Amino acid sequence: MKHTISQIFRSGKFLVGFTILMTVLAIVIIYPLIVRQPPLQIIGQGTFFPPGIYVSIYDAINAPTIYTLNLSDAAANRIENRLSQDDRVAMKEWLVAYGVSEAEIDIEDTRQLLALWEANYNPDLRLPGMTFARQRYFQRVNAAINGLLSTEGAIIAVRNPETGQLEEKSVVKQSDFANVGQVANVKWLLLGTDNFGRDVMTQLVAATAVSLLIGLVAGLIATTIGLVLGLMAGYIGGIVDDVIMFITNLFTVIPTFVLLILISFSIGQDQRGAITIAIVIGFTSWVWTARAVRSQVFSLRNRDHVNLSKLSGHSLLRIIFSDILPYIASYVVMAFILQVSSGILAEAGLSILGLGPRTTETPTLGLMMNWAMIYQAHILGNWWAYLPVLLTIALISFSMNLMNTGLDQVFNPALRD
Amino acid sequence: MKGYRRYFLNKLGWFAITFVFAFILNFMLPRMMPGDPVAAIVARQAQGISNPTGVQAIYEQYTELFGTNKPMIEQFFIYVRNVLQGDFGFSFSQYPRTVADVLAASIWWTLMLQLPAILVGWILGNLLGALAAYLRGGFDKVLMPSALFVSSFPAFGMAVILLVIFAVNLKWFPTSGGYGYNLIPSFTPAFIWSVFVHYQLPFWSIVLIAIGGQAIGMRSMSIYELNADYVKFSRFMGIKDGRIVAYVFRNAMLPQVTGLALSLGTMVGGALVAEIIFSYPGLGTTLLNGVMGQDYPLISASTLIITFMVLTATFVLEILYGVIDPRIKATQSD
Repeated sequence: MKHTISQIFRSGKFLVGFTILMTVLAIVIIYPLIVRQPPLQIIGQGTFFPPGIYVSIYDAINAPTIYTLNLSDAAANRIENRLSQDDRVAMKEWLVAYGVSEAEIDIEDTRQLLALWEANYNPDLRLPGMTFARQRYFQRVNAAINGLLSTEGAIIAVRNPETGQLEEKSVVKQSDFANVGQVANVKWLLLGTDNFGRDVMTQLVAATAVSLLIGLVAGLIATTIGLVLGLMAGYIGGIVDDVIMFITNLFTVIPTFVLLILISFSIGQDQRGAITIAIVIGFTSWVWTARAVRSQVFSLRNRDHVNLSKLSGHSLLRIIFSDILPYIASYVVMAFILQVSSGILAEAGLSILGLGPRTTETPTLGLMMNWAMIYQAHILGNWWAYLPVLLTIALISFSMNLMNTGLDQVFNPALRD
Repeated sequence: MKGYRRYFLNKLGWFAITFVFAFILNFMLPRMMPGDPVAAIVARQAQGISNPTGVQAIYEQYTELFGTNKPMIEQFFIYVRNVLQGDFGFSFSQYPRTVADVLAASIWWTLMLQLPAILVGWILGNLLGALAAYLRGGFDKVLMPSALFVSSFPAFGMAVILLVIFAVNLKWFPTSGGYGYNLIPSFTPAFIWSVFVHYQLPFWSIVLIAIGGQAIGMRSMSIYELNADYVKFSRFMGIKDGRIVAYVFRNAMLPQVTGLALSLGTMVGGALVAEIIFSYPGLGTTLLNGVMGQDYPLISASTLIITFMVLTATFVLEILYGVIDPRIKATQSD
């Protein structure tokens, strides 16, 4: 036993898969200890906020210390950031109409564009063919640009409760900085928010935990049923074998997916919890294990050591536990790992169809995918709502497949490289 | 030939039994669900109606329409008769269209999409797997982990990724539908081109997933065979390498045919969900609409059709398998 385990952990593939899975597990366990927030709490007013660090503007202005940093490129960065694409295009249009050659103008290069504008623009000049309205439009663009270039600070004013007049409270200079560590409210939204304004990262961690649980429950149920039926069919044989094989053959050909759809729909939205779904998946996916176990037991049951056990008068249970199970344990473990990963995939597939667990309490990976698809995150380019979910599903399933391939190579020497 | 006929009849018998059983399951499962489905439908229909006699009248009309006031056995035979006549009743969500109508419109899309995609994926996957087993080295080292990773994606995941890259970002292909929304189905070049363009992404997403799974299976099968005694023996005999590879390929292929037959159900299930991502007008999307609209007759008929298609495909594969594998005929004739 000890030897087998040390041999397994010497397999590179198994080790990589195991490490990935354990990392995912560690994140699932540790993250909720740090971020204590219900995963389905709606925090954002609006949909799909992009990932990033959100700093409270109010708190930043009121930070205990305001630092002055004189950075030479601050103004350039500010203009770069605030000069809208529309304005850039408008500037180019005027410049071209004025006679600057088009090749000279690069609207992405803010510094050069502004220099050209400063040098050439004349608000009083009416270019030939340009309507008065258009001329006024360019005057407004110019005013906006001059506003951007201004070096004055922003005034913070409070309303005097008696007179109703605004009174200047302080001025935020352009060189004022607040240290993020000193701002009272800073929210890290590593993966932004979803269509309902919920923190995707927190949701993803909770969903991964639930999905792993679903896979585990489904895998346990499927493996148990498969193991018991396979042992009975293979060891007892005869009519028991015929009946079990009849049922197994039936369920091999009837698509599991169809059964899942029918049962989930029949259960109804209100009764469908995560565990119910897991149980349904478990009860529809035992067929493979049963087949594999049966054929293994079949070849074992006439081995000498089993016959010896029988002759010694050992009970059926004892023979199964001490003479048969140890020989098929590796197969059962591999089948179990596969069942867990296919259980997670099955839940995801069901949820996309709208037949997943009900949505009020816990997210699952499939449900998150379903929400993202319904709100067209993929068409709108909001990658943070679906890509991390997909990658998590793929990573879990990949790690389990890798572990399985590793195990396969340990137990089947013929496959070794 | 006698052996093969026995094999054929045996498989045909299994096909019939499985189908009858699947049919009964399809009928029974929804009727075993707790609560009264008709009451649930009526509750939704009668929202805002405060007159209890009115609600009662609606309820009775529905029980009469669905025949749920008759005993279960009688309902079953009525169901069998109706299905045999191609009558699946009315669709709730797309009334007054009949279910048969809705399905007739979507079934061809699914068939034309999934059949070629699964076949192409299977063939390509087997070729790559065999090549990886034969060449080993660098090709194997790159192919295997990537095949494993690709096959770890759920089918809808691959669909989403292809959609985002090729439809949303590169804009090479349309994002959804089976043909342009401004076209009417007809045999004009514009329509055919539109169908072709819409076909690509769903097709390749199914193919890619299939390649991953098949390549892995074929690789292990081929390695198994390459280590077999007959290969060594052939080498000693001085038979050419190409010849040996052909033997190995043939022997490794056989379990892969069975593998395809056995994994067909899962593949079709995954492909149905991939259809949903692309809003492809096939059975997957029809199923989704059925679920969304709580449209019972539509769901039941779709699952029945899907089961029938998978069973038929499995049957055809097993029949072909009997032709390819000489051992089948041998075991059946003694």
